[in-house]
Amino acid sequence: MIEFRDVTKRFPGGTTAVDGFDLVIPSHKTTVFVGSSGCGKTTLLRMINRMVEPTSGTVLIDDEDVASRPAVALRRSIGYVMQNSGLLPHFTVAENIGTVPRLNGGTRRAARARALELMEVVGLDRTMADRYPSQLSGGQQQRVGVARGLAADPNILLMDEPFGAVDPIVRAELQQELLRLQRELDKTVVFVTHDIDEAFLLGDQVVILAAGAKRLQVGSPSEIIEAPADEFVAAFIGTERGKRELRVKQTANGPVLVDAEGRTQGVLVEGGA
Amino acid sequence: MTWVLDNLDLIGTLALDHLRQSVVAIVAGFLLSLPLGWVAWRYRLLRGWVITVTGLLYTIPSLALLMILPVVAGYPATSETNLVIALTIYAVAIMVRAVTDGLDSIDPAVRRAATAVGYGDGRRFWAVDLPLAGPVILAGLRVTAVSTISLATVGILVGVTNLGYLFTNGLQRRIVAEVLAGIVAVAVIALVIDLLLMVAGRWLMPWARRTAGRRAARTAEAAS
Repeated sequence: MIEFRDVTKRFPGGTTAVDGFDLVIPSHKTTVFVGSSGCGKTTLLRMINRMVEPTSGTVLIDDEDVASRPAVALRRSIGYVMQNSGLLPHFTVAENIGTVPRLNGGTRRAARARALELMEVVGLDRTMADRYPSQLSGGQQQRVGVARGLAADPNILLMDEPFGAVDPIVRAELQQELLRLQRELDKTVVFVTHDIDEAFLLGDQVVILAAGAKRLQVGSPSEIIEAPADEFVAAFIGTERGKRELRVKQTANGPVLVDAEGRTQGVLVEGGA
Repeated sequence: MTWVLDNLDLIGTLALDHLRQSVVAIVAGFLLSLPLGWVAWRYRLLRGWVITVTGLLYTIPSLALLMILPVVAGYPATSETNLVIALTIYAVAIMVRAVTDGLDSIDPAVRRAATAVGYGDGRRFWAVDLPLAGPVILAGLRVTAVSTISLATVGILVGVTNLGYLFTNGLQRRIVAEVLAGIVAVAVIALVIDLLLMVAGRWLMPWARRTAGRRAARTAEAAS
């Protein structure tokens, strides 16, 4: 469990990125911070592994203040996946994935074995082990980034807009892959995105944020769609613009649901589920 | 040509002296530039000072430096140390900037990523910052090496013997072949050292070439 207690972050320039933020992030669930750019969501994420230190307030992991743990050791115990993969360009794929095991004092051989194992887990061909990141596609790089985040088998995985820079088809593929991984690995995932659809797809708990990391609404995707807290949330998630409206259309084979643009989205089963 | 064939021994001995003097100065200049370049990169306030002062070193006329240094440091002007120290100073003048530029050239996102996965500052410098600055530093080192090897010939004017001897002796005795032999020998040494540095760079930084190749391929793709 990760907990934010009255956390505030003011940057030297005078901007307040986060103002009195409270939140409990449950273990073994995916929590998504979603909001427009500059709302402080990445700052929140970076406070978990002490990349950013709060000006006041505390961040706790399993009731222990992260500030009481050495930053470098803390970071090695938490997986981190970032936009544009953040891979080290002078390390091969296997070396990149094995970075944290090596930093923790593991042998080169053990780190490589672990890397090869993880390449399989994230769906990368082993023949890519000795390539450099620049020789991979954006989607493959992101997979390597995820594998690196998992290499030390951390309980917590922080993901900072990891799929923001890949094309929509690859993004959808990576999202499905992450859902599959999460079912298998059961990590505590904290995910940052500005894409509300991505948030609803991946999140067990979705946190909608406004500037200054102000909590607009916290809940499961269903709770938020069914009862948006205010007009801003409604506009943000698209209920107002009719983006999420589905209509019943009668066909010869029974009723189906179509979206605002007339595309069939599913079959209506009365009294089902 | 007969002069060259008759004096191969002399040319060989002078070339070895020349190589030794240059290589010591290049290595010393490189090692001194690493911490200086790092300081200039790390501490913004010192940056202007370090870069300007070391850069100005290059404006000191070499002959003057070769005559002032012995007076200041108290060794004979004709000693090899005199020349090596002067060459080191010029090497530092070029290299500090290259080291700072190299460290500047690293994508800040990569450095942040390294920190995020758990590199401590010191370890990150050796394992991430320095290797990634490598291509730019190597480019500076190659310029330094060639310029040092060519500059070393000035040593003969204060009595430090190396390939420069072929210039002064050849001029005094009006042996054109001797002067030409000197020029060719200096050029050959410079080219060989440059080649060795290039090969060492490819061996130490295999990723840089593949990255560049990939980038070129992508540009070509985009253009077509």
